Amino acid sequence: MIVWPLICRFLLLLKWAGCTIVGCGFALAESGLAAASSGLQAADSGLFNAGQLPVVLKILPLAQSESITDRRISLPSWEQWQRVLLMQDYNTRVVILGTAMLGCAAGVVGCFTLLRKRALMGDALSHATLPGIALAFMTANAMGWQERSLPWLLLGATASGLVGVAAILAIRRLTHLKEDTALGIVLSVFFGCGIAMMGVIQQMQTGHAAGLESFILGKTASMGASDAKLIAAAALIATVVCVLLFKELKLLCFDEGFAGSQGFNVLSLDLVLMATVVLISIVGLQAVGLILMIALLIVPAAAARFWTEKMWEMLLIAAVLGLISGIVGAVASALFPRLPSGAMIVLTCAAFFIISMVFGTGSGVLVRTVRRLRLNRKVVRRHLLRAVFEALESQPNKTTPKGETKPKRTVSFNQILPMRSWSKPQLQRAAELAAREELITQVGEKLRFTRRGRLEAERLTREHRLWELYLITHADIAPSRVDREADRIEHVLEPDVVAELEEMLINTRQLVPESPHLIQANPSSANQNVADAGSGDAGSGDIDREASP
Amino acid sequence: MIGMLGETGWSWQLDGWIVLVAILCAVASALLGCFLVLRRMSMLGDAISHAVLPGLAVAFFISHSRSSLPMFIGAVIVGILTAFFTEWIHRVGRVDKGASMGVVFTSLFALGLVMIVQAADKVDLDAGCVLYGSIELTPLDTMSLLGFEIPRAVITLGIVTVINLAFVLFFYKELKLSSFDPSLATTLGFNASLMHYLLMILVAVTAVASFESVGSVLVVAMFVVPPAAAYLLTNQLGMMLLLSVLLAVSSAFLGHLGAIHVPSWFGFQSTTTSGMMAVAAGAIFLITMLCSPSQGVLVKLIRRQALSLQIIADDVVAVLFRREETEGEEPKSASVTENELIEIIFCGRWSLRLVLRWLDRRDEIRMHDNRVELTEKGRLRAQNLVRSHRLWERYLQDYAGVDPSRVHPQAEKLEHFTDPRLRQQLNSETDAPQIDPHGRPIPDEPDFDSNID
Repeated sequence: MIVWPLICRFLLLLKWAGCTIVGCGFALAESGLAAASSGLQAADSGLFNAGQLPVVLKILPLAQSESITDRRISLPSWEQWQRVLLMQDYNTRVVILGTAMLGCAAGVVGCFTLLRKRALMGDALSHATLPGIALAFMTANAMGWQERSLPWLLLGATASGLVGVAAILAIRRLTHLKEDTALGIVLSVFFGCGIAMMGVIQQMQTGHAAGLESFILGKTASMGASDAKLIAAAALIATVVCVLLFKELKLLCFDEGFAGSQGFNVLSLDLVLMATVVLISIVGLQAVGLILMIALLIVPAAAARFWTEKMWEMLLIAAVLGLISGIVGAVASALFPRLPSGAMIVLTCAAFFIISMVFGTGSGVLVRTVRRLRLNRKVVRRHLLRAVFEALESQPNKTTPKGETKPKRTVSFNQILPMRSWSKPQLQRAAELAAREELITQVGEKLRFTRRGRLEAERLTREHRLWELYLITHADIAPSRVDREADRIEHVLEPDVVAELEEMLINTRQLVPESPHLIQANPSSANQNVADAGSGDAGSGDIDREASP
Repeated sequence: MIGMLGETGWSWQLDGWIVLVAILCAVASALLGCFLVLRRMSMLGDAISHAVLPGLAVAFFISHSRSSLPMFIGAVIVGILTAFFTEWIHRVGRVDKGASMGVVFTSLFALGLVMIVQAADKVDLDAGCVLYGSIELTPLDTMSLLGFEIPRAVITLGIVTVINLAFVLFFYKELKLSSFDPSLATTLGFNASLMHYLLMILVAVTAVASFESVGSVLVVAMFVVPPAAAYLLTNQLGMMLLLSVLLAVSSAFLGHLGAIHVPSWFGFQSTTTSGMMAVAAGAIFLITMLCSPSQGVLVKLIRRQALSLQIIADDVVAVLFRREETEGEEPKSASVTENELIEIIFCGRWSLRLVLRWLDRRDEIRMHDNRVELTEKGRLRAQNLVRSHRLWERYLQDYAGVDPSRVHPQAEKLEHFTDPRLRQQLNSETDAPQIDPHGRPIPDEPDFDSNID
């Protein structure tokens, strides 16, 4: 995996920065331990480093019990590998299973939001849950319930997430603002509202707000069995909904208007999709944190898109990628005590994304580059063959010493250089390519067709001229311009189109129809060429006449 | 207002600076935000606010200090990289822009997190204080300039605001062109992608400068919300810039007031200012969305309701007029009850009542014993309407080739939107006919002057 070199690089960076300041860790550890919330302490067995940003400091000391004397990331021993990979620890088991299921479900749901061009929906929604959580906390506090009861807080988060969805859909439908603006508005306003409410909560006398932040921002390492069960249930629901409504959602993603005209209720489908996003995000949020949740909703789906053009396959690949990322990230974090699991999962996802973007067989960069190069090469080869063919065609026959006339067989570079805008090195390269495919033999600066090359060139020239004829007779394009136009299309002409063109245009039995315009790239003779094309009707003798303006 | 400020212990020394910092941040962000909204990159502020983390970590590793300059530079570089990578993945990988942004900022954030965890036991490198920088503390961190004690944030954000303003004013034309039509801009000789990257650099600088002093919530909100509200109010870029700055300033001010006052209604002390500023911006957006003169949801709704009521009013007088025509010699005897009207016009009882009351007040109908009659004034209106209707029928059948069975519903729609001039034109186009296709007489054009209220 790409993750390991990354870690090594961090190590180097650390060393390079100088491993000073050993002592002050202690003081921090002392103060930090006091600050650490109780939930975190209970769960952390020293194997996992939990945490998202604002709680970094609170969490760190927990890991320090091992690392205060030893500041390097030591490679895990064989026993550790065994313990983690065989999931012997209860905690490891729970976390790996939980993140795996979450990754799987988020991958599936993410595909739909990605194709719906709402990839950042998860981002906006997770921020939008904050006011709901704060409000739930405040009401619970006011009513004298236990403030941090999980279902109540989750309910608040869900409600406010759904309000956020409604706000996004309303802004999209009622104004001319675009998707991203709607997302940005909901994200910032809801989050600001939540922050303001948090400011109030901190003043509450009875409020035990510590850890409320970590509730929002996640604590992967301290994931408990109940969390894992919750994730499993949510993942199952979301996946089942996506599979059952597969056809409808697919239609919604690709052609909203068509879905509407087919009688599907676009708005309620949209709502269902968004509700699954809300469900997954909220369950994930409190288990693994904000950023990880956003990443799981976007990255596996975006990576899967590079591998396939089919929706089913994309769902499957995204699910598998999410699953593997969850497992790899969690395992890495378990093995190396100083790597936070949430971040490791995201980095694994990112590594998958980079690999997919480069190597993806559907639309990966490499595949597309190869395809383009291949097409370029094909086009160059075809241009060369046709140029040689046309140069031979327009050459006066050679007269042998015996007085017979014989068609010339070779063409020099100088003859074909003016025929299109290519330089001599380019031409040389094209000739080498063609020679490698045994279409042309090259002696010095002279080119000569092989038998295969001649046949191929005839075929190409014929396609080109058929198209030119078609453009002149049926599309009313001036003969002096058809060459350029035909150049563009000839490479993609299908055999049946060629057959059709033949039927439409050719009444002679000639294999290669003569060119409707002058072949040499000589602008001064262009006018005469048009006149020639107008008068020259048929007959192979015309070739000579055209060639000598 | 000033009195109210005094009551709650508003001190210019403290709150004045806070509001000034917020206003500077809001103006700097809103100026650039207009272009982000137009370029569909509204989420960039949020993305950058998460993505700067590795920049902070690297800056710390290199400089061994938490002084703000290296941190600032590190964060700005990563912010620019975020924009750059987003564009690159979008272009090279052909990934949707939002998705590529999501990929980039989550990955960078995770990277930064891993790095910070490695470093954090060495020193207190808490990114939380960067992301949630606190605007309330800005007046305390001062430096002296020209003999005055000025908060540092005012100076940094002031510089950023001036740069942004200069950028927008100086490159106004180029920015406008490259935002709306990058390919046209390129053909005209501007470098559209250069403008794009300049904008991205300024966005990163503004965002980072603001995180440091006022926290990410405020800047993310100010990048999007005021420009979006301004976009609902106008379609002109210059006006949009001006309005978004105004809205940003007012939301900064209202936000701070709200932070002081709103919690006190529930018996708490003041709350987070930047959060409340985002909420204030949201409230302003909501009001704009509802009441904007051209786009407002409420305005559109009211306009539609008014139109439908007016059409009902037209229909009521037309029904009465037609009944007067058919019911014998004495035209004034025609009258109709409410229930009959409901059946004929297919409208709701309440809207009909509203319309009847309105017509009664305008003295176009008379009501007695639950029966409705036309007055002279109402008859004029009805005559216009019926004349329009029948002229349209004539025109549609004879000149537009509409099937005779279908001219009535068409004319029924068009009659409401026909003014005297159009009617005159219709009349001359159809050679001033006397009867409509159904054989009923077309009433004369009423006397023009008497029709004017």
